[in-house]
Amino acid sequence: MAFDVFRLLAIARKELLQLRRDVRSLILAFLLPLLLLALFGYAISWDVSDIRTAVLDQDRSATSRAFVDAYRASGYFSVRQDLERSSEIDALLTRGSVQMVLVIPPDFSERLGANRPVAVQALVDGSDANTATIALAYARAITRDYALETQLQGRLLQPPITTDSRVWYNEELLSRNMIVPGLIAVIMMIVAAMLTSLTIAREWERGTMEQLAATPVTRSEVVLGKLLPYVVIGLIDVVMCAVLGVWLFDVPLRGSVLLLMTLSTAYIIGSLGLGIFISAAARSQLLATQLAMLTTFLPAFLLSGFMYAIDVLPKGLQMVTYLVPARYFLVVTRGIFLKGVGADVLRVQGLLMIAFAIIGIALAIHFFRKELRT
Amino acid sequence: MTQAVPAVVAESLTRVFGDFVAVDRVSFEVATGEIFGFLGPNGAGKTTTIKMLAGLLLPSSGRGSVAGFDIATQSDEIKRNIGYMSQLFSLYGDLTVAENIAFFSGMYSLPRLRRAERRDWALEVAGLAGQADRITRDLPLGFKQRLALGCAVLHEPSVLFLDEPTSGVDPLSRRRFWELIDTLTEAGTTVFVSTHYMEEAEYCDRLALMNRGKLIALDTPARLRANVREPLLELQTNDGPKTVEALRDLPGVLEAAMFGRAVHVAVTDRTRAERSIRSRLTERGLLLQSLQEVAPSLEDTFVAEVRAAGGAPVD
Repeated sequence: MAFDVFRLLAIARKELLQLRRDVRSLILAFLLPLLLLALFGYAISWDVSDIRTAVLDQDRSATSRAFVDAYRASGYFSVRQDLERSSEIDALLTRGSVQMVLVIPPDFSERLGANRPVAVQALVDGSDANTATIALAYARAITRDYALETQLQGRLLQPPITTDSRVWYNEELLSRNMIVPGLIAVIMMIVAAMLTSLTIAREWERGTMEQLAATPVTRSEVVLGKLLPYVVIGLIDVVMCAVLGVWLFDVPLRGSVLLLMTLSTAYIIGSLGLGIFISAAARSQLLATQLAMLTTFLPAFLLSGFMYAIDVLPKGLQMVTYLVPARYFLVVTRGIFLKGVGADVLRVQGLLMIAFAIIGIALAIHFFRKELRT
Repeated sequence: MTQAVPAVVAESLTRVFGDFVAVDRVSFEVATGEIFGFLGPNGAGKTTTIKMLAGLLLPSSGRGSVAGFDIATQSDEIKRNIGYMSQLFSLYGDLTVAENIAFFSGMYSLPRLRRAERRDWALEVAGLAGQADRITRDLPLGFKQRLALGCAVLHEPSVLFLDEPTSGVDPLSRRRFWELIDTLTEAGTTVFVSTHYMEEAEYCDRLALMNRGKLIALDTPARLRANVREPLLELQTNDGPKTVEALRDLPGVLEAAMFGRAVHVAVTDRTRAERSIRSRLTERGLLLQSLQEVAPSLEDTFVAEVRAAGGAPVD
């Protein structure tokens, strides 16, 4: 069984011709990545700022106003309402018109003046656990700083230990700096799912696979020939996302573009191989699409650390993430984009990407049956 | 390949799907240059047999060879030496005529120099000269099928397998298709064709009748017809289906079946049967317009062979 590069290229050429005439595929290949990028880049953000806040100031003193100003000045809280009575709180939080209510007790300034401890109350809407947790942490920090300042009263006292913190890599802690590199991993999985559901199943459905099976073309020529155009598309998508990410969203790209493209190539080859393997195993178009979504797209989305940090997942799922190639690829993209790391740091991930590519292709060729079953 | 080796050999070829025996110990030989027809209703095992011979399906047991190559172990060599056209129209509908031809030239690794020549030939035989840039999907079915045939023989194979190539095509296109097949056999190609059109079977040098996975007869069309010994009567009445119904269980009648508008009745003895047929029709209030003895057609032959094999045709 001789391997013939020209047959492979003939398959690739045919795929490109078909793709060029198929609007549905073109949209999936080029518009969907842009759409996802716009959606995640603009609309979705895990950054918590301007938390809608109401204040019930029962003290109504200069001190209590200064305390509330400290919240305002932080930028994390946007104080929208001053409340008169505690009975108003319940309705506000229930309706969701505010996310936090700060309650200052009547003896706030008096106790502070007397140097006695005083407690302020922060009521948080916990139905959005993520925001609630962050709001509480900010509230604690602001209150602590304020308390410290009050205690010192302008005196310069050097505490024995201070934290001089600085955030590296994503200095402003912007979530889109994490999203854009991560999105590349997700988008490539979608391209892979597209290949499986559209091109392989279509050949079975229309009977062309049978015609192909009757020619001398080999399995590896068909599989690699079909892969080739989609690898190119995947890489175009990577470039598109990177360029838009850098220009539009100011995401830093600090590392080597060459390294990024090399490892992206390996990753997309693996994803495509996986997709072909799934569709070959499933055969029916519907089943193939669903299986591809379930086994490639969703894990890349949910279990790679893109959507949720792996540390916060349940233990069982954390084990599963080790099997998700996107998990390692995310380290690659975030590393190259944000940290500017090189091949030395990404050695393990790089080798895993290459292994993934080889395994993906091997699975695809092995399970892609040219022979018919019926 | 020498002339002495038959183009196609099947020996006790069998294919089982689960409990279902699709092809049951089928044996035959096809000589080089022959048009060999496979006749039988849907589900008779024709397609399965062809797929085994074309190297698309492994036999469960038995053996076979095509162009001198073993179907179980040398399917790669077979694929280089055969053309195959399946039941389903199977060119790429979203490619142009020329793109389809170029694609299959690539699949058969045609030398660059011969591609243009073969492309022009394929366009010519498909009747599509000057229309190379049309999208294949938009062509009438008859043109599509001739183009598919052209694409299947770009590499000038010695054996050509056609699995019900003309299903759904109008009679005129069907005749053009067969003229094309004739051109190919004149050039020495062996053609193995399955059909359920009886009229098409007449074009074949030899015919194999298949039913329920078994080969029930194999001979030239003329001799198959001569095998039908029972007299055959052709009846014209005012209601064909009711006539078949009325005569089916009549003593002396072996078989009654619709044949176009007429009814064909196979009988044991002409004189006695004629009398009982007339009285039965009068009894049922059916009007007999004509009754005559006719020579059996291939369809009658098929029905008779199935009866002789002790079964009913599947459909």
